[in-house]
Amino acid sequence: MGDVLVFAEHQGGHFPKTTLVAVNAGLEVARKRSGNCLAVIMGEGAENAAAEIAKFGVSKVIVLEDPRLEHHLADAAAQALASLIKSTGAETMLATATAMGKDLMPRLAARLNAPMASEIIAINDDGTFVRPMYAGNALATIELDGPVRVVTVRGTAFDAVKPTETAAPIEKVKAELDPASLKMEFVSFNEIKSDRPQLTEARIVVSGGRGLKSGENFKTVLEPLVDEMGAAMGASRAAVDAGFVPNDLQVGQTGKVVAPELYVAVGISGAIQHLAGMKDSKTIVAINKDEEAPIFSVADYGLVADLFKAVPEMVEAMKKIKH
Amino acid sequence: MKILVPVKRVPDPATTIRVLADGSGIATDNVKWVINPFDEIAIEEALRIKEKQGAGEVILISIGQQTWQEQLRTGLAMGADRAILIRSETPLDTLAIARAIAKVATDEKPGIVMIGKQAIDDDSNQVGQMIAEMLGWPQATFASKVEIAGEKCTVVREADGGLETIAFPLPAVITTDLRLNEPRYASLPGIMKARKKPLAEIAVDSLGVDLAPKLKIKALNAPAKRQAGRKVASVDELVEVLHTEAKVI
Ligand SMILES: Cc1cc2nc3c(=O)[nH]c(=O)nc-3n(C[C@H](O)[C@H](O)[C@H](O)COP(=O)(O)OP(=O)(O)OC[C@H]3O[C@@H](n4cnc5c(N)ncnc54)[C@H](O)[C@@H]3O)c2cc1C
Ligand SMILES: Nc1ncnc2c1ncn2[C@@H]1O[C@H](COP(=O)(O)O)[C@@H](O)[C@H]1O
Repeated sequence: MGDVLVFAEHQGGHFPKTTLVAVNAGLEVARKRSGNCLAVIMGEGAENAAAEIAKFGVSKVIVLEDPRLEHHLADAAAQALASLIKSTGAETMLATATAMGKDLMPRLAARLNAPMASEIIAINDDGTFVRPMYAGNALATIELDGPVRVVTVRGTAFDAVKPTETAAPIEKVKAELDPASLKMEFVSFNEIKSDRPQLTEARIVVSGGRGLKSGENFKTVLEPLVDEMGAAMGASRAAVDAGFVPNDLQVGQTGKVVAPELYVAVGISGAIQHLAGMKDSKTIVAINKDEEAPIFSVADYGLVADLFKAVPEMVEAMKKIKH
Repeated sequence: MKILVPVKRVPDPATTIRVLADGSGIATDNVKWVINPFDEIAIEEALRIKEKQGAGEVILISIGQQTWQEQLRTGLAMGADRAILIRSETPLDTLAIARAIAKVATDEKPGIVMIGKQAIDDDSNQVGQMIAEMLGWPQATFASKVEIAGEKCTVVREADGGLETIAFPLPAVITTDLRLNEPRYASLPGIMKARKKPLAEIAVDSLGVDLAPKLKIKALNAPAKRQAGRKVASVDELVEVLHTEAKVI
């Protein structure tokens, strides 16, 4: 039986959409491998989170317990998960390719001597997976050999799982850790607080690029549009590198991948590395003063205009629609 | 302190990548080859640590073909001290690459393996974390700031929703993110000097590690192309079509 173990990442007991996506992908793998899908959870607030995730169609929730797992540290987490995979006999370990999933899963794969496919976007009936390479310019069909395999899924490629009527049983397991080999220490987390929707969960994303010219302009020009649209804010690498906005807003090959219903690119040229992170959005709008900008080649609606004029106008036009 | 920096040869990020019709790979004519951009950042960071400490050695390592010497020479021209090319005529999977690098690290005993977070061709983001586990070392992925005090290292990492700081003793693996530094260019005297710097070659088989592929690429396909839409004449028209046609606002 090809059981699947899903790493249920949470923030102090709350599940981001990316975790519900992982559960859904895990259920699909389990179905195709005639196995069960189990969720594993650890860290601060895990107990409440376990009760929550139990309602999403998994057959069991395992809570890994140990004070050393309170903060996410890859060395401890990989050890604990590796023993659990061995004791459960699971065939597939699955997580979403969030910063945490990317940090942890390859380390776990190495510990299990198991091959790993990163950021899969499809699960084939024959057990192979599909994943993008070359910034999305190629789609590879991947086969992983061996009794155990590790995958991360792309958060935009699967739907979030829907809750069910019944709740799965919860089992607490004491984590197997060898304290002498654990050397990583959590110091602090400098959270970027925002009242806006999360970039990877929002229905609408408005992103700004180097065309905005300053952090100040992000605040005074772009943010009114972001808020008028109830959107999440994103950015190009150029805008992040220039210090206009924090790094976790970067959309692209090496930042976050998003696929909202509406993506509005403002003052972004559309380099391949940026397109890699947003070209699966349902509707794409580009506002750029250069009519030759490559972003227009993926945009459903393009407006050739000076953003400093167009964006404030758009805020006003949005207000009218609402009334 | 010795710092080991893996270097991968990849297509220039500005190259347009085209998948071959038979799905066997990508077209390599007209491709300009460069050091993986994240590895350049890793070389730069290693050089800065050496310069700050006033002593040490920066060693580059590649597992690839003879042509990869080009990128190693570029890294030497940036200021690295020597390079090791582990010759493998066929591409290996991430586990095998990590095993080979871990083996060299076991022999060379560096204080840090400073490595790119992701190769921009396969986009795997795996090798650094795998090396750390194989060596039983701490790992600091997606580093945007590295501070070393004696045997202890503190790293600020780019996590989701903010910046995380972790601390650990050396030796360790650190994977580099874009904000860590701006890599220097090779200077002309640097290029001259690089020609005489040691570049050792070893056959990958001689390492005595398991290289059997466990990850196989069965086929490579071009993704469906997104159709370009149309231009709108004004903001009012844009908002109108988004409201009535696309129905997204
Ligand atoms: C290894 C690597 C990884 C990368 N990863 C990413 C990634 O994950 N995400 C990412 O985004 N990039 C990434 N990049 C960078 C990418 O190649 C581009 O450099 C970057 O996306 C450009 O950002 P930009 O479009 O904001 O800036 P630019 O390319 O400078 O474009 C600015 C645009 O603004 C327009 N503009 C200027 N003024 C106005 C105005 N007043 N009104 C309207 N329009 C205006 C201009 O016409 C131009 O098109 C990566 C690069 C490398 C090498
Ligand atoms: N063949 C190779 N030779 C040397 N280093 C490599 C090789 N393949 C991957 N790496 C290193 O591993 C890092 C992460 O690659 P990846 O896990 O493939 O995304 C890269 O930035 C390189 O530094």
